[in-house]
Amino acid sequence: MDAIKLSLPLDKKDLAKLHVGDMVKLTGPMLVFRDAGHKRLFESIKAGNQAFEYKGETIYFMGPCPAKEGEVIGSAGPTTSCRMDKYTPFMLDNGLAGQIGKGKRSQDCIDAFKRNGCVYFAAIGGAGAIYQKCIKSAKVLTFDDLGPEAIRRIEVEDFPVVVAIDSFGETIYKD
Amino acid sequence: MVKISTQTIAEEIAKGIDKISCEVEDSCYAALSHALEIEDNKTSKFALSVMKENFDIAKKEHRPVCQDTGMVVIFLEIGKDVILTGELLQDAVDKEVAKAYTYLRKSVLDPVSRVNTRTNTPSVIHTSYVEGNKVKVQLMLKGFGSENMSKVYLLNPAQGLEEAKRLIVETVKVAASNPCPPVIVGVGLGGTLEKCALMSKHALFRKIGSNNPDPTLDALEKELLEKINTLNIGAQGFGGKTSALGLFIESYPTHISSLPVSVNILCHCSRCTEFEIGGEE
Repeated sequence: MDAIKLSLPLDKKDLAKLHVGDMVKLTGPMLVFRDAGHKRLFESIKAGNQAFEYKGETIYFMGPCPAKEGEVIGSAGPTTSCRMDKYTPFMLDNGLAGQIGKGKRSQDCIDAFKRNGCVYFAAIGGAGAIYQKCIKSAKVLTFDDLGPEAIRRIEVEDFPVVVAIDSFGETIYKD
Repeated sequence: MVKISTQTIAEEIAKGIDKISCEVEDSCYAALSHALEIEDNKTSKFALSVMKENFDIAKKEHRPVCQDTGMVVIFLEIGKDVILTGELLQDAVDKEVAKAYTYLRKSVLDPVSRVNTRTNTPSVIHTSYVEGNKVKVQLMLKGFGSENMSKVYLLNPAQGLEEAKRLIVETVKVAASNPCPPVIVGVGLGGTLEKCALMSKHALFRKIGSNNPDPTLDALEKELLEKINTLNIGAQGFGGKTSALGLFIESYPTHISSLPVSVNILCHCSRCTEFEIGGEE
């Protein structure tokens, strides 16, 4: 199956060409964090002291296994995205370009992806060993004390995903 | 009487964790391979091919199949002629579990403070006493993408089995893409609230393709699995023929006032194993 190759950071002109069900391979830098990272980011925003910038970024909802010696990261598949739904519209309205996770999203999220011309990609849940091999570098940016939930910067190569919500507000998940 | 040290049990559990974190259970591998063969939906077929390739790479290179290496759930059937020696079972097991998780994700935390224990302990241990002079261990690494979609219902008798059947299918439908389908479904029918939940967890150890020894439950399993596979959830919720790989029921007598129903969902990566430990006379 032919996949569309896209480089990160994402360009909204490229996103406008994507449709639900398209298979995409992503290459470039992305941010990685999940539940606890979002909670703490929003606490920092509320306190007027935003912990880090996410404008133009793509966030991968993931908490990896520890890296073995000589490797950059451990097993690294996606986690369930809907737990991040409450944070998502605000982040898309403030410059986030895309998200990668697994599973369906709320209507508020779908509307926000459409409103901002952004895309939600589904990675294949459970495929931790495959995604690990696509990650070429990884480092903790902040919140190291959160362990697997720390904020990480990773560089990926040919990272396989499926367009699950496109910039037209279509979704792959049927009711 | 036969003596078995809790340290021996703990070390065997640690070996089991090392293996099953990287290798899915055989009948699960076979069922997923079959689902890939028969799938027509293009996106779902792609997802299934990635899942199968992931199983192969994880086993060959001894890498965790999934980064959610779960909470450790253990069912121990202790023969009545066994004397357990050494440390308390929970302490011995948790020490070895902590070591086994060095390169596995430590996902366990305090529910109130949400501070990670950093060892993936405590594990969840259920014990029962049976005939014999051995200890049977059933070990599962339970991921929580699927655990979160599980449910317990306490129905009125008037609602009956038909409502129970509807809710079992509905639970899988509502879970949809979240628990990494195609899922495996454990069902408890009867007992009390906690007995019912426990049966639905224990049912997940059944081999996919095996028959329920009770013909009534066997027919019910086949009926429910067929219904679930018409939901068009498919792999990862992308649509398709296979929404569940298997469905297993355990039942227990219940109270005249109730019909407890528990649905425990397992993702497509079944990380389960079982083995027996003998002792010295």
